[in-house]
Amino acid sequence: MSEFKGEVSIVLGGAAGQGIQTVEEILTNALKKSGYHVYANKEYMSRIRGGINTTEIRVSSRRVRAFIKRIDILVPFKKGTLSWVKDRLGENTVVLGEKENVEEEFLGKVNLVEVPLTKMAMEVGSQLYLNTTAAGLIVGLFHGDFGAVEEYIRKRFGSKGENVVKKNIEAAKKGYELGIKLCEEGTIRVEVERDEKVREEVLLTGTEAVGIGAFAGGMNFLSFYPMSPSTGVSTFAAQHAEEFEIVVEQVEDEISAINMALGAWFAGARAMVSTSGGGFALMSEAISLAGMAENPVVIHLAQRPGPATGLPTRTMQGDLNLVLYAGHGDFPRIILAPGSLEEAFYLTAEAFNLADKYQVPVIILTDQYFVDTYYNLPAPDVEKVRFERHIVEAKPGYRRYELTEDGISPRAVPGYGEEVVVANGNEHDEWGDITEDAELTVKMQEKRAIKKLETIKKDAPLPKLIGKEDAKYLVIAWGSTLHVVEEAIEKLGREDVALLHFSWVYPLNPKVREFFEDKVLIDVENNITGQFAELLKKEFGVEVHHKILKYDGRPFSVEEVLEGLKGVVE
Amino acid sequence: MNVQLPTGRELFEPKRPGSQDIAWCPGCGNFGIRNILISALAELNLKPNQVAIISGIGQAAKMPHYINANGYHTLHGRAIPIATGVKAANPELTVIAEGGDGDMYAEGGNHLLHAIRRNPDITVLIHDNQIYGLTKGQASPTTMKGVKTPTQPWGVFEEPFNPVALGVALDASFVARTFMGYFKESVEIIKKAIKHKGLAIVDILHPCVSFNKVNTYAWYREHTYWMEDHDPYDREAAFRRAIESDPIPLGIFYINEKPTFEEMVPAYRKDKTPLWKREPKLDLVEKFFEERKL
Ligand SMILES: Cc1ncc(C[n+]2csc(CCOP(=O)(O)OP(=O)(O)O)c2C)c(N)n1
Ligand code: SF4
Repeated sequence: MSEFKGEVSIVLGGAAGQGIQTVEEILTNALKKSGYHVYANKEYMSRIRGGINTTEIRVSSRRVRAFIKRIDILVPFKKGTLSWVKDRLGENTVVLGEKENVEEEFLGKVNLVEVPLTKMAMEVGSQLYLNTTAAGLIVGLFHGDFGAVEEYIRKRFGSKGENVVKKNIEAAKKGYELGIKLCEEGTIRVEVERDEKVREEVLLTGTEAVGIGAFAGGMNFLSFYPMSPSTGVSTFAAQHAEEFEIVVEQVEDEISAINMALGAWFAGARAMVSTSGGGFALMSEAISLAGMAENPVVIHLAQRPGPATGLPTRTMQGDLNLVLYAGHGDFPRIILAPGSLEEAFYLTAEAFNLADKYQVPVIILTDQYFVDTYYNLPAPDVEKVRFERHIVEAKPGYRRYELTEDGISPRAVPGYGEEVVVANGNEHDEWGDITEDAELTVKMQEKRAIKKLETIKKDAPLPKLIGKEDAKYLVIAWGSTLHVVEEAIEKLGREDVALLHFSWVYPLNPKVREFFEDKVLIDVENNITGQFAELLKKEFGVEVHHKILKYDGRPFSVEEVLEGLKGVVE
Repeated sequence: MNVQLPTGRELFEPKRPGSQDIAWCPGCGNFGIRNILISALAELNLKPNQVAIISGIGQAAKMPHYINANGYHTLHGRAIPIATGVKAANPELTVIAEGGDGDMYAEGGNHLLHAIRRNPDITVLIHDNQIYGLTKGQASPTTMKGVKTPTQPWGVFEEPFNPVALGVALDASFVARTFMGYFKESVEIIKKAIKHKGLAIVDILHPCVSFNKVNTYAWYREHTYWMEDHDPYDREAAFRRAIESDPIPLGIFYINEKPTFEEMVPAYRKDKTPLWKREPKLDLVEKFFEERKL
């Protein structure tokens, strides 16, 4: 008998196009509604059909938000799945599925619980129902609410007609009953307590958190050119464009996307572009224009491994240097990298205020791992979102680039006020007209590159310290690795290890330096050179003592970070 | 030029300190285009704060500094997407994208193609001097075959770009060509282009006295003619005219009335408020989360 207590890590594996996503959706939704904490993440190949894609789902009695390597229950939908995940199989892993989907070499070696999913689906009428049967089966193992499964199926397949809904429910029911039977017979026992509060929570993906955060921040314009893994945010915006009454346009290239967004901001809109590293590379000229013309803009960049097209569907924190240095000449920018879905929501909303206030590009850095992650969380508090508009009326005598103490010139928009607004990507005087005056050039360079940067630095929030202030070891992480590192430290169980997580990545408040004093610094990054550690060196002259880096295109697992930390502290 | 200038022009004469230092060469056709544009705006009774001139880079693209109107002097080739964004954010503005032939047809060529498809309600004015001015005399996409330049010492052998034929081929909303030497006619064409609902492209021939010794004022007068009895709603006729090369026809080639980008986007279907006046729809954000609880 296989017994799982408190938490189960389920992995579904199969070919692209096989509908694993449907199983994942039904499962996570129904289990969440049944009162279980859920977390899911996927890894997939850059192809439309075939290959092997997997989804990991953690179902737990406590909040779970991080990727783990361990597999408790593996459901293979295709031969080859076991080989693909063989590093993740342990002694206790149960393979739940059909023999045909298990490679010869694994037969007899793994703990196979045969379930005739295809046959059961055929009994309902077609192999098409295999996915819902499988989803029902797993929900059954948890004794989840079947009503929740039904409800989700209705929502998901409702548009396809009553018959499709009925058949899918029938298929799920068959699976569900088998799941219960497996428990009753004692083949598999799952003991995960429910948490009633979960039912009141929301299930969100990273993509949705960024998208809905943008809406909360007043985004009313989005231009984009598709590129994985950023496209989801654009799709999200397009799907909600009618309701939120916004402009969403798929344009000819990323160059157009960002320039259109700059134009929209110039005229007072709150515009965003969503892209990935390769697309952002094309935008760098316009990033400079934003710097020179002091044109606000918000850019969501979902990272994937590069250089060039790299691994299109995989993950890496490899574009920090790109966004730090993109563009020619000196000008400030703000770089944000949310670690949690809550942060993605609030920070994306706030990005629009920041862009508006400081009139600089604001970049939200996520990555494939982050945008494809989802879990349940208490609904963010919409009332906490601040909407700040930093627009002035162009009164007679208005000067777009008025020299001010803090480096920020009041920004007017065309049509608001009698006076005209002249913006310029060439060096300019206070009115916005071209100048080659040396003295004025110095003033304008200082205004943009120094005064404004200093103002932003002073306002920059500090990173989040998790753990004891006087801990000897300080783990440094930024962006999407938050929860993985957090859980690894928790598992490590040592009071002398704390985490300093940065979701405000640049510019850094000078006070940040104080966190590093007298600590052993351990940098955890999902890239090969430790780009953030380099930034800390440049900004504060601090050298991290240890680096835990991962750069195979996959996210860190809790186990890997734990191993890495043990290597340092033990 | 002995012409009657319309009243209202003074509104568009900038008084900013830097706007007096005009960087165009004495005798350049750009002065004439400025004159034409100011007259057209004045005759349309527009106010400077209602107009936004978005330019790229080049001598032509310096226009926003020499006019009193909202302006944005941007990047080489990017005036069209930026102007599209401006218009989409505030359809109440009269938006003009302006630049040279290198700016609009070379570096910005791809944007022009797709702007035709997208059809924002903007006017695109191309100062076509058949040469690169600001970078000192290299061939542009419209330079004629055989013309020698410092960077094409053997003479240009590429086929010149035909913006009018391109516009008609892609079913653009409004396509015209003029020569800035004909003041009145040019004012009329530009007024019609600005008033036209949808993307209006006006190829404006003009001499570059510093670098183009071939296409002079006299050359344009000798090698152009005004189309008469041309029906701009007849696409085939427009295309036949568009591929004539010597003499070069002038006038409005093609008009194709169709919905604009701003009319199609969901942002304005129910509500015409410009985007800068709008607030976040937090109630809908709230609703989104409520639905995600179920
Ligand atoms: C990305 C980029 N490439 C090249 C240039 C250099 N450049 C400035 S103006 C220009 C061409 C200008 O020619 P045209 O658009 O015909 O305008 P004109 O000066 O003749 O009015 C070029 C190539 C630039 N500013 N930016
Ligand atoms: S270089 Fe040519 S086009 Fe430019 S201002 Fe001088 S004459 Fe005019």
